[in-house]
Amino acid sequence: MPKPKMAFNWASSCGGCEIAIFELGTKLVDVSKKVDIVFWPAIFDYKYSDLEAMPDKSIDVTFFNGAIQNSENEHMARLLREKSKLLVAFGACAHSGGIPALANTTTRDQIFTSSYKDTPTTDNPEKVLPQTRVQVKEGELTIPEFYNTVKTLDQTVDVDYYVPGCPPVGEQVSKVIDQFVAGDLPPKGSVLGASQKSLCHECKRTKTNRKISKIVRTFQTIPDPEKCMLEQGIICMGPATRGGCGAVCLDANMPCRGCYGPLPNVVDQGGKMLSALASIFDAESEEDIQKLADSVPDPIGTFYRFSLARSLMRRTKQ
Amino acid sequence: MVEKIGVYICHCGTNIARTVDCKAVAGYALGLPNVVVARDYLYTCSDPGQEMIKNDIRESGLTRVVVASCSPLMHETTFRRAVADAGLNPFLFQMANIREQCSWISENRELATTRAKAIVGAAVMRVEFNEPLEVQKVPMNPNVLIVGGGIAGIEAALQIADSGKRVYLVEKEPTIGGYMARFDKTFPTLDCAACILTPKMVSVGQHPNIELLSYSDVTDFSGYVGNFTARIRRRPRYVDEEKCTGCGQCEQKCPLSVLSEFDCGLGKRKAIYRPFPQAVPSTPVIDREHCLFFTKGVCRVCEKFCPRGAINFEQKERFIDVQVGSAIIATGFDLFDASRVKEYGYGKFPNVITSLEFERLTHASGPTVGKIVLKNGRTPESVAVVHCVGSRDNNYNEYCSRVCCMYSLKIAHLVREKTDAKVYEFYIDMRAAGKGYEEFYKRLLREDVTFSRGRVAEITDVAQNSSENGKLIVVAEDTLLSIVKRIPVDMVILSVGLEARRDALQVAHIFRISRSKDGFFLEKHPKLAPVSTAGDGIFIAGSCQGPKDIPDSVAQGAAAAANVLSLIDRKEVELEPTIALIDEDSCSGCKICIGLCPYNAISFDEPSGHAVITGALCKGCGVCVAACPSGAIEQQNFTNRQLTAEVEAICA
Amino acid sequence: MVIGLSTRFEPKIVGFLCRWCAYTGADLAGTSRIKYPPNVTPIRVNCSGRVDPTFVLKALASGADGVLIAGCHPGDCHYTSGNVKTIRRFKLLQRMLNQFGVEKERVRLEWVSASEGERYARIVESMTKEIRSLGPLEWKTKVEA
Repeated sequence: MPKPKMAFNWASSCGGCEIAIFELGTKLVDVSKKVDIVFWPAIFDYKYSDLEAMPDKSIDVTFFNGAIQNSENEHMARLLREKSKLLVAFGACAHSGGIPALANTTTRDQIFTSSYKDTPTTDNPEKVLPQTRVQVKEGELTIPEFYNTVKTLDQTVDVDYYVPGCPPVGEQVSKVIDQFVAGDLPPKGSVLGASQKSLCHECKRTKTNRKISKIVRTFQTIPDPEKCMLEQGIICMGPATRGGCGAVCLDANMPCRGCYGPLPNVVDQGGKMLSALASIFDAESEEDIQKLADSVPDPIGTFYRFSLARSLMRRTKQ
Repeated sequence: MVEKIGVYICHCGTNIARTVDCKAVAGYALGLPNVVVARDYLYTCSDPGQEMIKNDIRESGLTRVVVASCSPLMHETTFRRAVADAGLNPFLFQMANIREQCSWISENRELATTRAKAIVGAAVMRVEFNEPLEVQKVPMNPNVLIVGGGIAGIEAALQIADSGKRVYLVEKEPTIGGYMARFDKTFPTLDCAACILTPKMVSVGQHPNIELLSYSDVTDFSGYVGNFTARIRRRPRYVDEEKCTGCGQCEQKCPLSVLSEFDCGLGKRKAIYRPFPQAVPSTPVIDREHCLFFTKGVCRVCEKFCPRGAINFEQKERFIDVQVGSAIIATGFDLFDASRVKEYGYGKFPNVITSLEFERLTHASGPTVGKIVLKNGRTPESVAVVHCVGSRDNNYNEYCSRVCCMYSLKIAHLVREKTDAKVYEFYIDMRAAGKGYEEFYKRLLREDVTFSRGRVAEITDVAQNSSENGKLIVVAEDTLLSIVKRIPVDMVILSVGLEARRDALQVAHIFRISRSKDGFFLEKHPKLAPVSTAGDGIFIAGSCQGPKDIPDSVAQGAAAAANVLSLIDRKEVELEPTIALIDEDSCSGCKICIGLCPYNAISFDEPSGHAVITGALCKGCGVCVAACPSGAIEQQNFTNRQLTAEVEAICA
Repeated sequence: MVIGLSTRFEPKIVGFLCRWCAYTGADLAGTSRIKYPPNVTPIRVNCSGRVDPTFVLKALASGADGVLIAGCHPGDCHYTSGNVKTIRRFKLLQRMLNQFGVEKERVRLEWVSASEGERYARIVESMTKEIRSLGPLEWKTKVEA
């Protein structure tokens, strides 16, 4: 029985998902005995031509992390889709856009201007901006095109499964890999390595009085580790976020940021969290309500921190 | 399973067809996914129209039906019944409003037809996701709450009590009778108001099926049709109702007199008093604000002289809860405050009085024992009656108060009958539409009353010549003669209009009734359901619904009673099943929904770790559904899928 | 966006009307034969508190040029406090929509009682006019790069 062929690719990401694989620790040795890793650019030196040479559908499963933010990301997504039987969107960026998708609140031009012109430590006296093509004496050099709008993996190619999280926690990654090795899989399109219920279900904090009378930022207080964050005025995305991560952030006395993405019955994670949060504002008059609403910092960044690409509105107006 | 949708576009005669191209909309509907039948028809709500739908269900095996016609508030029930008759669950039916919110608001045929197509499209996409639902049936409590003991409330109470049902009649004042108890004679028959009213009041007081809760008000009203709970505050009279025989000794002996509200401040009453001699109940009440015991700790004469020891200064306010299945609100009206019309000088000139103050003067038991006199005690030689004070006036109330023309004629008649005074009636139009009203007007025309057509501009005491000295001068244009008149008189009677009661807003909130633009309570339909409200089981009757005379108030009281008895007779009431349901598998126990329900229908089950909705308490507002961050709560017949389908169809 | 034979831009506005007040008020406008632009297609809900902000986002993202939410005046809610929740959600939604770059004239929360047919007509008229001058939103085509 030939060992299943596995591939890992990273697109617009931070490398954290690669590290998540390493969280398997010594178990990685067992895994490497059960599978054949045929492509992993983060770890081994592969060339595009190596991938192009593989026959279609010859890779059994590819774990693709990172969002699609430039033409190279897209090219790799399409290529790996051709070459793989199963394509898995691994991590928050591939699943719902992740942090890179916050670029959808701005434009490529603004990003370039900030990065290449405005930041004080950038040494670019001629204010040169990247070009996709440039002539040098040896010939033409090209670099991938940087997109204005970040997309999820499934907005680019057909995806078979999703493993959410930023990154997916080690235990869940381990289970997921075992699932693929064993071939024990639920219907196509399922979310793996996560719970069907929200984080509140696994969070051990006490929930009593569901009302918020004041919004408090994490730097303004040291939260009581026993009480629910929301009741202390700290915005916690837990109620609108899939569980399965073991509420590790809450154990570190920080609120959930929503990295595991929306729940099964929910189309737009941010919209639902906005609705839930506003519903429990402890304010009756229009004036008091306006004050509370005004004190919520950066609604898009708070409610769609990891899922802006997957939201209904996708991006701000250009 | 693929649904089979039937779509029916109604012409509604020309109501819809005049502006909307119904054939084109039907053609468009036929092209929508899963639509197998699409027809346009002249009057779909008619018998043949309904038969056509039923036939299609049976013969084409329709699994969903959409009717595009009038508002669902009009005929949703009609079509649901028709669909159910043909064997299809009534909730697999959806209505599209292309009349009130489409054809009637537009003159542009092209735009209206486009809009109609969008509305129909939305209904078709939505109905795909409709699920079969069963109405909830709840038992109907036969007890009835009636709020307001005026003539309308009294009529309703007697009708219902006579049929054997229990009535709780709550009245704010110490006595029932309302405004009618303060009138002298009633138009057009000139019946003595007390003579026709007091026997009914006595019947109410003695009726074994009526529990009269006077000097009380309703502070809370919760529940749903068939099963309401009313919280009633019983204010302390400081007299024990059980022991009191109504002998009146206490009233006689009480040393303190204060201005009487019943007499509009024109007469006096004691600190322990009955508003008027035929008050029902006949138990007096102690006015705590003036009573010497309560203000200074002295006196207690009433206690000393009461042969039955019925005085009890220790009485406290108490609250009782009663269970009823329905309620009739008959809280009546208030009079327009004449001091708002500065140019008429009410409150400035002592002899400018309101119509009600006049009623008290002419009343045999009033402060002047029926004599019509000026403030100085002398009989007036000339009297002006000014119509439309506060009514038909953009500055105050736009509407006509309906009764003032008639009572103004009555006033003129009484003045002529009791004095030799000259009477001048200043009117704008003479409204005499009721039975015997026009004849009464004709009669007054022969009673030597001078009618002048034109609104009164001003009432002044500044004389311009010697004949005006010491008089009140009424300045008015006579539009028939095209001149401005100055008529000096001794007394001016202002025919003030009727308004919604000052506490109408509070009452409306307690019973969750809407109000019309003019502040009166809003009926369900102005022609077809004048005593019903939008809330099932809650009815309105009398002048709280709009200004009206005594015959109409009595008719509405009886109508409300008939509505209530019809409900009670059904024994069971059907509730719309648009309640919220929690999917336990999706609920993560975040508890965000728990505190959002105004009916406390959501509770948390600790052992299982998820929220639970009590169906009987849920009224179907959907607030929890929108708030749930897991999308674990759905509202029957208003699911996220159904509403999203409508949104998508409209935006397509 | 549906354009008739005329070429003037006709805003497409999705309306969420509560059945006790706003929907009845809108019906009254029709019964009174008041003429106003038919640009709001109404969706009936039991209470404005049923309106999930997600529906508003869905409408805008699917091609609507505007969204109107209409309910009972504060204090008059048939379900006591449903409209209070609506205000709370709307205020926060307004802030987020502002961040998205959706002009505030496009999404409105209004109170219409069952007897305010005329008021409903004027609201729809002013909203249609304002959105017409803002132009179509065309979110899908304008923002997806």
